[in-house]
Amino acid sequence: MARLTINGAPRDIEVDPDTPLLWVIREQIGLTGTKYGCGVAACGACTVHIDGVATRSCVLPVSAVEPDQQITTIEGLSPDSSHPVQQAWLALDVPQCGYCQAGMIMAAAGLLMQNPNPTDEDINAEITNICRCGTYNRVRAAIKLAANGGEAAQRG
Amino acid sequence: MNAIISISRRSFIVGVASTAGGLSLGFNLPFIKPALAEGAETAAEINAWVVIRPDDTVVIRIARSEMGQGTLTGLAQLVAEELNCDWSKVTTEYPSPAQNLARDRVWGNFSTGGSRGIRESHEYVRIGGAVAREMLIAAAAAEWGVPASECTARMGMVTHPASDRATFYGQLAAAAARMTPPANVTLKDPKDWTIAGKPLPRLDTADKLNGSQVYGVDLKLPNMLNAAIRACPYFGGKVESFDAAAVAGMPGVRTVVQVDETAVAVVADTWWRAKTALDALPVVWDEGPNRQVTSATIAAMLEEGLGANDAFVGAEQGDAGAALSATDRTVTATYAFPYQNHATMEPMNATALYTPERCEVWVPTQNGEASLAAAAEAAGLPVQQCEVHKIHLGGGFGRRGNFQDYVRQAVSIARQVPGAPVKLMWSREEDMLHGAYHPTTRCRLRGALDADSNLTALHMRISGQSILASVRPEGMQNGMDPVVFQGLVLNGTEGTLGYTVDNLLVDHAMRNPPIPPGFWRGVNLNQNALYVECFMDELAHAAGVDPLAFRRKLMANHPKHLAVLDAVAERIGWDTPPADGVHRGLAQIMGFGSYVAAAAEVSVTDGQLRIHRIVAATDPGHVVNPAQVERQVEGSFVYGLSACIYGECTVNGGRMEQENFDSYEVVRMADMPAVETIILPSGGFWGGVGEPTIAVAAPAVLNAIFAATGKRIRTLPLKNHDLA
Repeated sequence: MARLTINGAPRDIEVDPDTPLLWVIREQIGLTGTKYGCGVAACGACTVHIDGVATRSCVLPVSAVEPDQQITTIEGLSPDSSHPVQQAWLALDVPQCGYCQAGMIMAAAGLLMQNPNPTDEDINAEITNICRCGTYNRVRAAIKLAANGGEAAQRG
Repeated sequence: MNAIISISRRSFIVGVASTAGGLSLGFNLPFIKPALAEGAETAAEINAWVVIRPDDTVVIRIARSEMGQGTLTGLAQLVAEELNCDWSKVTTEYPSPAQNLARDRVWGNFSTGGSRGIRESHEYVRIGGAVAREMLIAAAAAEWGVPASECTARMGMVTHPASDRATFYGQLAAAAARMTPPANVTLKDPKDWTIAGKPLPRLDTADKLNGSQVYGVDLKLPNMLNAAIRACPYFGGKVESFDAAAVAGMPGVRTVVQVDETAVAVVADTWWRAKTALDALPVVWDEGPNRQVTSATIAAMLEEGLGANDAFVGAEQGDAGAALSATDRTVTATYAFPYQNHATMEPMNATALYTPERCEVWVPTQNGEASLAAAAEAAGLPVQQCEVHKIHLGGGFGRRGNFQDYVRQAVSIARQVPGAPVKLMWSREEDMLHGAYHPTTRCRLRGALDADSNLTALHMRISGQSILASVRPEGMQNGMDPVVFQGLVLNGTEGTLGYTVDNLLVDHAMRNPPIPPGFWRGVNLNQNALYVECFMDELAHAAGVDPLAFRRKLMANHPKHLAVLDAVAERIGWDTPPADGVHRGLAQIMGFGSYVAAAAEVSVTDGQLRIHRIVAATDPGHVVNPAQVERQVEGSFVYGLSACIYGECTVNGGRMEQENFDSYEVVRMADMPAVETIILPSGGFWGGVGEPTIAVAAPAVLNAIFAATGKRIRTLPLKNHDLA
C-alpha cells in the first residue's frame, strides 16, 4: 500500500514499490494525459511536477515519492486549461499530433516557476523533451508568451 | 473560373444515390454502433459528408486520419466552404472502415499518406458540401413555396430576401435529408473562399492542452487486459521456445502466449506488470538466416550495385554515357543514406476484442481499411464481422499506413483470450527494433562540364533498397520500382527533375538487404534531393560558378522549380554577404506534387555546427490553411534535420543496434533553427505539404557546411563526421 497526493487529492493504492510513478498515474489512478514515450527518461513525454519541480516519471519508483509530496499531472495543472502556459499554447495553436505536448507543457510550466523570464539559452537547456512533429519553435514562442503574461510579441 | 461538376458521374464517390430519398438516422448497419454518440436520434445526415443537428451543429465526416498534420481541420474547411455553414458550429467525426465498405466506399480512400490527404480528396469533399447546401436550400424553398433560385445560403442559414424569410440549417436538416440531390453543383473559385484558404486555428487543439485527447494507448474498455510483446529481434528469425511457467505466477499475469511465429506476449491486468513479466520471460530465438548481416555487408552489397551493368532506367535523355566518356572535365562523387526509424512518439499499439463471431479493433491508423483487412485476416473472420475504430494518432509519418503488424498481433493475442479486450502496446525498444525503416541507398553521380562550365551530362546511379518490392509488389513495373526515382523523373505531376541536362541518365540497381523497408515521411525524395542537390553544389564549385547561378542556367524550362528557389535566395539575401562566420547553402526539389526550396545559414566553430536560420518556400498549387502549411514546413525541418544530424539505424548480427532515444538521437529544442516559411501558391494544381520540404533540409545545410568548412559530407548522419 502506498499513499500519494495527486492533483491535491490523497490516493491510497496497492502497488509494487518498484513500479514507476508513470504507470501508477496512468494505470492505477487512471489519468492518461501523462504519456509513455521511452521509459528511460530520454524524451520527457512523462513529465509531471513533484512539489512544483518538473520530473520525468517513467524511471521514478513510486516508493521514492513521499505521501505528502504534491504530484501534479497535466490534468491538475489547472481546472479549466487556464494556466498561462496552456493559454499561450492555445493562442499559438502549438500542438500537432499532441502526444508529447502534455510533457512539454509540464516542462514549460516547471521552467517558468523556477525562472519567470527564461532566455533562449535557458529554454534550450531546460526544455529537452522530444517532439517528432516539429513544434519546437512554437513551444519556444509560447513559453515566452506565457512568461510575459500573454502579451509578448509572437516569435515564429 | 468555377468548376461545374456533374454529380451522376461521381455519385459513386459522393454517394448521394445511397442516401437519396430517405432520412438517415444514425447508422443501421450490422455490428456498428451509431457513429453519432450524442444526438443520433435527431441528427440528420444530409449526405455522407454532412450531418446537421437541430442545434445547428454541423458534423463533418473526415475519411482521412489526423496524426498532427492538420488534415482534419483542412478537410472540414473545404466541406464547410461549400456548405456555407457557420464555422464556429463545425465539429468532425471519423466514419469507420466497415461503414465505408457497407456503403460502397462512399467516403473513398481512407489511406492517409503520401501527402495526399487533401490533394486527392479536395474535389469530392467540396462536392459533398455543395450538394448538402443545395439540398438545404431546396428544403427551405419547398417549405416556403418559393423558387430555390431565389434563396441563398450563408453562415448556416437559408434566406429568401424577397419575402424576408430566413431559417437556420438545424431547422431544415430533416427535410433537406429527404430532398433529391442536385444533378450538378458549381464549386467556388478558390479566390472566393472565405473559410478554406484561411489560417484558421485547428479544431483539435483544446483537448491536447489538458490531457483529455485520447490516443490509442489511452483507451479504456470494461474488463480490458494489457499485453506487452517481444518479437524476435533478428530479422527473419522466430520463436524457438519460451518458458511461460517461469513468469506465470508473477503479479497480475493472466497468460503468456505466442504471437504468430515471431513473437511472444504477456497478458496481464496492467501493461507495466505485463512488461515486467515479459522482461523476466526466458525466450530462445531461432535466429534465422541473417545473423551475418551487418551495416558493412549491406554497404558492400550497395557498393557493388553502383558499378553493376544492369539497372532500371528512371530518366533518360540524350546519351549520358557517351558524353561523359568524351570529356575529361568530369566530377564524380558517391553519397549514402542510412536506415532511419519513424520513431513516432506514441509507440505502436492496438486494442482488440475477439469472439468467434466478431472482432473489433481500436487503433491509431493511417489507413483504417488496411487495419480492417489485417484484423479480418488475423481473426479468421469475414470482413463483415469485423470493425475498426480509428483513434487519433500520436504521430504516423508512414509507419501506421501499410504496416498493420501491431493490429495482426493484437488480434492474434485477443484470439487467445476471447471475450476480453486486450490492449497491446509496444515498448520503445520494440518500436526501434521492429520498424519499417527508411530504406538505405547509395548514389554515384558523374557530371560533365564543358569549356563554358555548363553541365552537359549527368549520370545518377542509385543502388539500394526498393520499398515497393517489399511492401507493395503490385506497384512494381516489370521489375522496376518507379517510386525509387521520386523527384528525378522527366514527366508527370508528382515530382520532376528541375534541371534540363542534355545528356541525362538516372538508373537504379536494386539491392534489397533483408531489412524491412517502409514509407518514411518524405520517402525516396529525401535521399534523392540529398544526392542531386549536394552534387549540383559540387558541380558549381568545380565549375567556379555561384551555386545559385549554376542552377539557374539549368532551370529555364522549369519556372515553378525556379520560383521557389529564387524566393528563398532572395529572402536569405543570397546576393549580399552573410554575417561574419556565417555561411549559406541552397536546395530545391519537387515532390508529392509540390515545389519546395530551402536556404540555410550555418556556422561551424571548433567543429561545432550551429544552424542559425532556415528560409523555406513551397508552392503546393492551392493552400487550404496557410497556418497549417507553415507548421508542416517548420516540422519538416525537425524530421529532415534529425536524419541529417543524428538519424542512423545500424545493423549488427542481423538486428538493429539502436533501441531507444538514448542511442537514436533526434533534433531537440537546442538544435532547432528559426524557420521562415514562404508560401507561394501558383494555382492550377494541388500538391502535398506534409512531406516534400523534409527533403531539402539536409542538402541546404550540407551545402552551407561545405561553404563554411570546405568539407563535403556525403554520408549521413553528420554525427559521424568531424567538422573541425
